Amino acid sequence: MTNWNAEAAQKIVQGKANLPGALLPVLHALQAEFGYINPDFVPEIAKALNLSRADVHGVLSFYHDFRDKPPSERVIKICRAEACQAMGASKLEDHIKRSDVTLEPVYCLGNCACGPAVMIDDKTYGRVTPEKLEELLS
Amino acid sequence: MKIYIPHDTSSLSLGADEVLAAITAKYPDIEIIRNGSRGLYWLESLIEVETDKGRVGYGPVSIDDIPSLFEAGFPEGGSMHPLYLGKVEELEAFKRQNRLTFANCGVSDALSTEDYKFEALEKALKLSPQDIVNAVKDSGLRGRGGAAFPTGIKWQTVLDTKSEKKYIVCNADEGDSGTFADRMIMEGDPYCLIEGMMIAARAVEASQGYIYLRSEYPNTAKILQQAIDNAYEAGHLGKGFDLEIRMGAGSYICGEETALLESLEGKRGMIRYRPPLPAIEGLFGKPTALNNVITLASIPFILAQGAKAYQNHGAGKSKGTLTIQLCGNVKYPGLYEMDFGVSLKELLYGIGGGTATGRPIKTVQCGGPLGAYLHESQFDTPMTYEDFAKAGAMLGHGGVVVFDDSVDMAQQARYAMEFCSIESCGKCTPCRIGSTRGVEVIDKIISNVERDQNLELLEDLCEVMTDGSLCAMGGLTPAPVLSALKYFPEDFGLLPKKKAA
Repeated sequence: MTNWNAEAAQKIVQGKANLPGALLPVLHALQAEFGYINPDFVPEIAKALNLSRADVHGVLSFYHDFRDKPPSERVIKICRAEACQAMGASKLEDHIKRSDVTLEPVYCLGNCACGPAVMIDDKTYGRVTPEKLEELLS
Repeated sequence: MKIYIPHDTSSLSLGADEVLAAITAKYPDIEIIRNGSRGLYWLESLIEVETDKGRVGYGPVSIDDIPSLFEAGFPEGGSMHPLYLGKVEELEAFKRQNRLTFANCGVSDALSTEDYKFEALEKALKLSPQDIVNAVKDSGLRGRGGAAFPTGIKWQTVLDTKSEKKYIVCNADEGDSGTFADRMIMEGDPYCLIEGMMIAARAVEASQGYIYLRSEYPNTAKILQQAIDNAYEAGHLGKGFDLEIRMGAGSYICGEETALLESLEGKRGMIRYRPPLPAIEGLFGKPTALNNVITLASIPFILAQGAKAYQNHGAGKSKGTLTIQLCGNVKYPGLYEMDFGVSLKELLYGIGGGTATGRPIKTVQCGGPLGAYLHESQFDTPMTYEDFAKAGAMLGHGGVVVFDDSVDMAQQARYAMEFCSIESCGKCTPCRIGSTRGVEVIDKIISNVERDQNLELLEDLCEVMTDGSLCAMGGLTPAPVLSALKYFPEDFGLLPKKKAA
């Protein structure tokens, strides 16, 4: 991930601005590059896509995925949904109370047959025990 | 000598790539095939070896098993290892299935355009759009996303609506907990879905397709994109039909079809009023055939083998096969494609082997977070849409989540309301406000604050949500709540707790 750069961001927006229904692809591309979407850049996105600032802010704040500040180096998502609950996923959540990672809730990673499931950055792990989680984070 | 190592997300989550690296380090010249999962997830990572003697499996393989596997002559199909399984098709859990939609999943190279023949499409190209729609109608196929609406009727509406532009949209926002069939087929047999969408496009005369894929599936996105690129290169796509993946952004409600369309248009995933139906005014205001992944992936079988062949499976009005996803606290979790009609009991004990923890099964939740919890007394219910509806439950997408007796049903009821309050799109009041009030009321019941009044209030609230919500999110959230309350009152402090055996 690179630091926020308005010029590079502008290029990313222009590259996708002509897609039908471009806003989500634009926001995904920005977040993939910078790890978040700088709220100061909302007017620029709105202008490029011919939307109002409220439209863009509304979409940014609606979806759980989009961040308005940079995440920690590691982003951990622990599945909170039923199939992982049944396998004791909440124990993992209690286990990991540390400040150096960004912990985000997620409702189902599609790994329900191999729970509890955890996603670290973009990789999914299955049958995760507190010990295994510790190992993955060390 | 060929080795099959799945690139399915669940297999990777258990270390399939690490196993692959260890094998290629020792045997750099071995031919590696990346297939999908066979769906027998307790055996993942399941590695198969093809030798002159046939194709045999080993599982569950982890990186620690590699040295002993080598010692046992695993690349030659050596049978003297505890993880040796023999032929996967001959395992009991596999033999009992009827793999129509998943026939190819896990069998061959998922991304090879040479292995996948597009035979159903060839047949479809010789038929008129109306003939294709008729075949789908005759097959009895109903939407596998959960609502079970007859697919052929939906397509007929799109075909009958005249427009210069029409769309096919595939709902791959598989957000329900306990479901992974969509993911599994997109990773294990992506061309099956692509072919299904191409046939759908011909049937309703659409020129553009979108797959709306949830962002929680980055591995699926990679595989599916590669499959689409390959299909373009092989000349299947791009001749009057274009296909593109669009990623969701972590919103559960975008699995609701109208919220999905809003999201595809680049807006907040707020649901739309109906009418108009998406089939008449859908994406960008144009007629849109919007179907679930498994629905579309069932189309190639129907076209290739005929509507009758599909209709011969199933029970009553539930025709064909159901892709049951058995998971949660169960000994043998997996994807089981079976004819409609198998009883829940048979599934849970005969196939699933009871719980993984070895404790008694207390309840199962079917059909995702909006589905009812079923009590042991209901386990004889056959798995058909009609029988489940009669039992006050929902088959939905075929997900079955198993819980042992340590689960606290009051907490599960609370969770159902909490989930709704987090994921509600906010358009209608019963769902947006009702779910938040629901959490509060359940908290009061649990902590015995004016319990009788609050119980009455909860039932009243559930009635308002059921009857007054705009879509299934608010409308069905009461199902898990009320079923938990009805069958497990002791967990809410309403009856003395049964003594543990």
